[in-house]
Amino acid sequence: MDLSVQIGSLRMANPFMAASGCFGYGVEYAGAVDLTSIGAVVSKGLFVKPREGHPPERIVETPAGMLNAIGLQGIGVHRYIKEKLPELRRIGATNVVNICGSTLDEYVELARILSDAEGVHGLEVNISCPNIKEGGITFGCSLHGTFDVVSAVKKATHLPVMPKLTPNVTDVASIAKAAEDAGADAVSLVNTFLAMAIDIETRRPKLSNIVGGLSGPAIRPIAVRMVYECRRAVKIPIVGMGGIANADDALEFIIAGATAVQVGTANFVDPFIWNKLTGGLRDYMQRHRIERVADLVGSIDVTKREKQWISS
Amino acid sequence: MPVDVEARVISNTRLSSDYNVIALDAPEIARGTAPGQFVMVKPGRGTDPLLRRPFSVFEVLELNGTVSGLSLLSKRIGVTTRLLFDAVEGDVVSCLGPLGRPYTLVDPPTEAWMVAGGVGLAPFATLANALASRGVRTTLFYGARSGRELFYLDWFEARGVAMQLSTEDGTRGDRGRVTLPLERALKAHGSADVMVYACGPEPMLEAVAHVCGRYGRTCEVSVERVMGCGMGGCYSCVVPVKDAGGGQHYVRSCLGGPVFKSADLVWD
Repeated sequence: MDLSVQIGSLRMANPFMAASGCFGYGVEYAGAVDLTSIGAVVSKGLFVKPREGHPPERIVETPAGMLNAIGLQGIGVHRYIKEKLPELRRIGATNVVNICGSTLDEYVELARILSDAEGVHGLEVNISCPNIKEGGITFGCSLHGTFDVVSAVKKATHLPVMPKLTPNVTDVASIAKAAEDAGADAVSLVNTFLAMAIDIETRRPKLSNIVGGLSGPAIRPIAVRMVYECRRAVKIPIVGMGGIANADDALEFIIAGATAVQVGTANFVDPFIWNKLTGGLRDYMQRHRIERVADLVGSIDVTKREKQWISS
Repeated sequence: MPVDVEARVISNTRLSSDYNVIALDAPEIARGTAPGQFVMVKPGRGTDPLLRRPFSVFEVLELNGTVSGLSLLSKRIGVTTRLLFDAVEGDVVSCLGPLGRPYTLVDPPTEAWMVAGGVGLAPFATLANALASRGVRTTLFYGARSGRELFYLDWFEARGVAMQLSTEDGTRGDRGRVTLPLERALKAHGSADVMVYACGPEPMLEAVAHVCGRYGRTCEVSVERVMGCGMGGCYSCVVPVKDAGGGQHYVRSCLGGPVFKSADLVWD
């Protein structure tokens, strides 16, 4: 049974990736989880310089989901390369680095720096964080912005480039197309949905940032729909995410058109989820006699249903 | 190394209309737990609650000299604590741990003063046991809203812990906050070699930190923050910690804490 998938030049042993911002830098989990059992570890979003992030409260649980406004607290790319990457390399993890820029130049600088770092296997370009004002999302919300960032990053690196798209746009498929036109090797979607929760007793927002991004099972059907729309708009691989909590959820995305998937919020609930995901996928493939997971990608059947039986 | 255990509820003792002590069949976690460490808990398998919640390990339970499980002291305030309050023997609770940095243990002649506010009593049963086995003289300063909300007094007294009680309504011990008897003791024993351990609501921790600062005593506090994962993955549970350079930076309380030196934290 072949669980491996290919995203540009990035080959992964299985389609399950740890989503950015939900898995620290990977090393936090190295003691508890075999990182090589995960298709790829996507790092927390990195700017060139360290960032402090927002004051608490940074998360709040909502029905079947959670809001977060962490504000991209991070150690910056140089400390990542010096302090985290050596251990990830030693473990043999497949590492995708999520890069964030306030300007086009910052994305390019990050791409150059990381291209020279041993042990980085791909770049996820964050043009979709809903929680910070400076840059990122302003690129990801426009066709030109997306095109410009992706082309600039592509010119600066030999690594596979995968912009992470926001769902907070009218037509995510057109953004995916702009990314493809700019030479993206893949697109990942969706980032979180901009959302808000209020404490009615104090009449204060529950997050210090007032608004935050919604993730978790609550968003899954919307995310599946968006992956399906993008599948019809682009030919490059899609990495799907949004509320995946088990193999069945992941299969929805794969059947809708995702080559690989990312798991975020569910990893908070169950840090040992990874073996359960691959196990569940194997069970499904065995039951449906499917040899390669790649054969499932975009296998959704939307033809008109034939009548199975007619009563009386 | 944390482990995840689908722990059976061994017993659930209601201490009042809000407080309960729930015993969980999780010896794998209990065996490795040091005083002040916590577990991430989720009752049920559904999406309400979706995320686990952090709880200090209250007791490490033993049966015939073998570790048999752990207990949690819980106060009913939200969905998880309501489910823990209502749980019955045989129910299953997901329990991930042990997690976080424990309290620093002292040795005689240093004395230990534990300062607890309400459900902040939670880490002090394991700490009292650990200190007793080292022969450390230990006092518990324990405050609650009312005498009806002071629990396990006999348990601590049986272990030779001196008690300094306070209640906001004056029904037991000093009338007022727990810092009242604490400050009185610091004044009276000006030169005593004392380590202060605190756990409780954040305003209480801040008050204890300031009192200890004024009297030049080392104090460790266990903070409680909204926590998404307990493993360092989500960066939600941060507290501001002082830099050497006079600034501050956010530290994840699941990895850097939940126990911090009170002097290291920025109290705003």
